[in-house]
Amino acid sequence: MAYSDKVLDHYQNPRNVGSLDKDADNVGTGVVGAPECGDVMKLQIKVSDEGQIIDAKFKTYGCGSAIASSSLATEWLKGTSIDAAAEIKNTQIVKELSLPPVKIHCSVLAEDAIKAAINDWRRKNGKLAKEEANS
Amino acid sequence: MKTPIYLDYSATTPCDPRVVERMLPFFSDTFGNAASRSHAFGWTAEAAVDEAREQVAQLIGAHAKEILWTSGSTEANNLAIKGTAEMYKAKGKHLITCVTEHKAVLDPMKYLETQGYTVTWLEVDGKGHIDLKALEAAITDKTILVSLMSANNEIGTMHPIREIGAICKAKGTLFHTDATQQVGKAPLNVLDDNVDLLSLSAHKMYGPKGVGALYVRRKNPRVRLTSQMDGGGHERGMRSGTLNVTGIVGLGEAARICREEMVSEMARLSALRERLQDRILKELPDAVLNGDVDNRLPHMTNISFPYVEGESLLMGIKEVAVSSGSACTSASLEPSYVLKSLGLVDELAHSSIRFSLGRFTTQEECDFAADRLITEVKRLREMSPLWEMVQEGVDLSQVKWTTH
Repeated sequence: MAYSDKVLDHYQNPRNVGSLDKDADNVGTGVVGAPECGDVMKLQIKVSDEGQIIDAKFKTYGCGSAIASSSLATEWLKGTSIDAAAEIKNTQIVKELSLPPVKIHCSVLAEDAIKAAINDWRRKNGKLAKEEANS
Repeated sequence: MKTPIYLDYSATTPCDPRVVERMLPFFSDTFGNAASRSHAFGWTAEAAVDEAREQVAQLIGAHAKEILWTSGSTEANNLAIKGTAEMYKAKGKHLITCVTEHKAVLDPMKYLETQGYTVTWLEVDGKGHIDLKALEAAITDKTILVSLMSANNEIGTMHPIREIGAICKAKGTLFHTDATQQVGKAPLNVLDDNVDLLSLSAHKMYGPKGVGALYVRRKNPRVRLTSQMDGGGHERGMRSGTLNVTGIVGLGEAARICREEMVSEMARLSALRERLQDRILKELPDAVLNGDVDNRLPHMTNISFPYVEGESLLMGIKEVAVSSGSACTSASLEPSYVLKSLGLVDELAHSSIRFSLGRFTTQEECDFAADRLITEVKRLREMSPLWEMVQEGVDLSQVKWTTH
């Protein structure tokens, strides 16, 4: 399979690989995917008191496109607000990385990971909307 | 040393230069149709085909008259399975095979199921072996064919075909073996092993692509086949079509070389394979060898690397041409059905690499491949949440994953 230059770049030089303290109140962690599907993503954000994402880290088990999708997500998350982060769509990732149809699920997973991390942070900080808290 | 390094000899092999040399005159100079009986062009072609038949027969312990040319193993498998099914349907409509066979056996079997035949699909154990008692128990007086590969294409596990052949003979059913991966690489003898039908392919043994053969036993018992390709009645009516003389000559020469060099080549390749494997396992002690380590083809090894995913690993070692057990690179995202049927947990089935060495593989290449692989596995592990969890003492089988 031919990978786009951007996928190759993120695969070879992944941004923001690592972990944040998952027990810290200002850190939100999202783990999505399953080993049986061939991809698991862990995405973490550190949020300031003002609701700005001041750091983002990831670890991914998966194909090159999955690694690139999560690496790109951390780049986009850093420096943005929680509310803006919640608006990131998988289609933006597909476009930026030129993912082929068979790899679209990698971008979906990255979007899910962002949402899961945000929800985790909101849950810890009592900022989860009622309907989401129940879901 | 040139890169990329080719360690995928189980997929295909380059033509040996000696094979090419032998084939060349048959393109334009000695171009006759082997079926032309009325002139010297035809006679010369036929003589070359006969010589090749003899060479292939010698490699597997058969008689030249028992070798039938095909376009490769897929065709040979189809002809063996569908041809016997049709010929012997009056006896019964039951066939037996196993779940780790190549698609070229599985799919003809599935086709027969749609035509009113019954197929028994034998399961395999963790090393890829069938239970011989289960095989024996599955054979009834309605069983017309048992088809079991001599060696598996993904893990290299060798079925005990001599014992399987003896069981089939005692029970009075025909035995076909897809020996594509073994012929020319490890010894095999159709008489000693009680094989009735055997498929082989030239391009797996340093011959050209597009040519292969089916061995069809002529005595004790005489096996008959219903042809699947009708026309000019070539190959005693069992496979019509003008013979690929050039390809057949190449297959014959490839068989001769394999027979002469097999013993030394097996020793050389298994030593290289062990070296490659030891180097990897020393640095990555939790890597897992798949298949039957004590009973497999000498030139290949299949290794799973827990906590890293196969496709990303292949991407990282692009200077080394190998195969991933996970079919991620094709459109399907399923891990290999062979590895799954061994009972491998998902994170292992998704991360296996098949290394297959061959005639032109050097020690330098094996060392380079091992080192590249070790570096890349370590890099990907640092990126893997599964590796991190395991380091933290998490039992991955107890984690509630969000499947998608």
